[in-house]
Amino acid sequence: MTAMASTPPDAPTTAPTTAPILAVSGLGFDYGSLTVIDALDLEVAPGELVVCVGPSGCGKTTLLARGHLAPTRGTVARRGQSRTIYQDGGLFPWLTVRQNIERGLPLTTPPAQRSEKVADWLAITRLAEFADHYAHQLSGGMRQRVELARALAAETDILLLDEPFSALDYQTRRRMRNELVATLAERPRTVVFVTHDIEEAVQLGDRVVVLGARPANVRRVLTLPAGRPRSPAAPGVAESEQAIMDELGLA
Amino acid sequence: MRRFWLPAVTGFVLLAIWWIASVAGAFPVGTVPAPDEVGRAFADELASGRLLADTIASLFRVAWGFVTAVVAGVPLGLVIGRSLVTREALMPWVNFFRSLSPIAWIPFAIIWFGIGDPPAIFIIFLATFFQIVLATAAAAGSVPKVYYRVALDLGLTPAQTLLHVTLPAILPQLVIALRVAIGVAWMVVVAAEMIAVRSGLGFLIIDARNGLRMDLVVCGMITIGAIGIGLDIAFSRLAKIPSVRWGFER
Repeated sequence: MTAMASTPPDAPTTAPTTAPILAVSGLGFDYGSLTVIDALDLEVAPGELVVCVGPSGCGKTTLLARGHLAPTRGTVARRGQSRTIYQDGGLFPWLTVRQNIERGLPLTTPPAQRSEKVADWLAITRLAEFADHYAHQLSGGMRQRVELARALAAETDILLLDEPFSALDYQTRRRMRNELVATLAERPRTVVFVTHDIEEAVQLGDRVVVLGARPANVRRVLTLPAGRPRSPAAPGVAESEQAIMDELGLA
Repeated sequence: MRRFWLPAVTGFVLLAIWWIASVAGAFPVGTVPAPDEVGRAFADELASGRLLADTIASLFRVAWGFVTAVVAGVPLGLVIGRSLVTREALMPWVNFFRSLSPIAWIPFAIIWFGIGDPPAIFIIFLATFFQIVLATAAAAGSVPKVYYRVALDLGLTPAQTLLHVTLPAILPQLVIALRVAIGVAWMVVVAAEMIAVRSGLGFLIIDARNGLRMDLVVCGMITIGAIGIGLDIAFSRLAKIPSVRWGFER
């Protein structure tokens, strides 16, 4: 890649200090004769928020589906459990907000504590007055907040987000990014966030992993300055955005 | 409250046309009974208690046939909808039997179950069972995949997934299927009671025909139609249950 003065420093694929909570090595995945992911390496440190961006159809969703599908090649080593948030429609529509969040609690939660924990999550995501509403009675942004609460309520170490805000309008999407950051500040998790939205990637990610077109592999890893969500005007953000666009051939 | 008085008005208009045509002698003698004859038949049947007894007998048979069809059909439909092997093995045969008119089973119903309620219940069961299996299977086969990914994430076992994901996910479609099925079950009661029983609204009609009592035939028809409306309203109420209603709000 060309060295430009404004290009942010490239980081090694491995996170520098702590032992990774999630280590993907040599991952490959085929749907029949179609190779969707090939020779993908990625390590995620505890507490890190890693965003994967890439062109649509590059295998981003397949990457997150690793929890349920056995890889064709390579290994996925993971310490602890994970929960996934999907783009849209992952809430059970026959349950109320309260019941959906309650389903997310660990199965081991004693019955006596369940309603208290649900109340906590309703408060954190500011959904208390909608506790008895059904998904179809909520706005898109509120639905994704319930998804967030349900996934976080599980108290798993890792949170996987598969284009969680893509179905939302632009303003709601911006608000949800702040919402996510605020919630993670209160209840820290290791996050792998898949998106096609470059702005979202540079606003949220501690590191941004740029994936190439199918088969997905790591084209480049960018480390962003601390502090999230970053303003698009913050130092280094515009440059990172430009670097990602270059990498994806969108410049 | 137009939806109440408007159909009442149409009913009165139809009644008036029928009555005027009868008085004017528009129908050849013995083909269509006059409204007042039917009214008298109603009064007699109600007074003797026979109409009520026949209605209860018919509802009893429909309830048994329908409930057994639901109890057997919904689980089978769930399995067919969720398991490809089962679907491939059974679906063509469900369609095969669904295409057979329940009336074709009457000879077997009598040979296998003798006389009385069982053959009639069997006919009603056959009329609804395959429909319910088919509707349940179709609904279970079209549940959005994301619910199953979430179920895996939540650590639900396959049995829990069937009970807590598939079943609630198909409830709105199931409610519609049950509403259609109860209508069919009630419609078939006349055919089912043509055989081997001596009570019920179907028997009332057959018996009246044998006695050339057309007024009584119409009396039975009106009762069946009215109860049919009642059953439909009752089943349409199921769609108002909150955990079902979502399916009609999107």
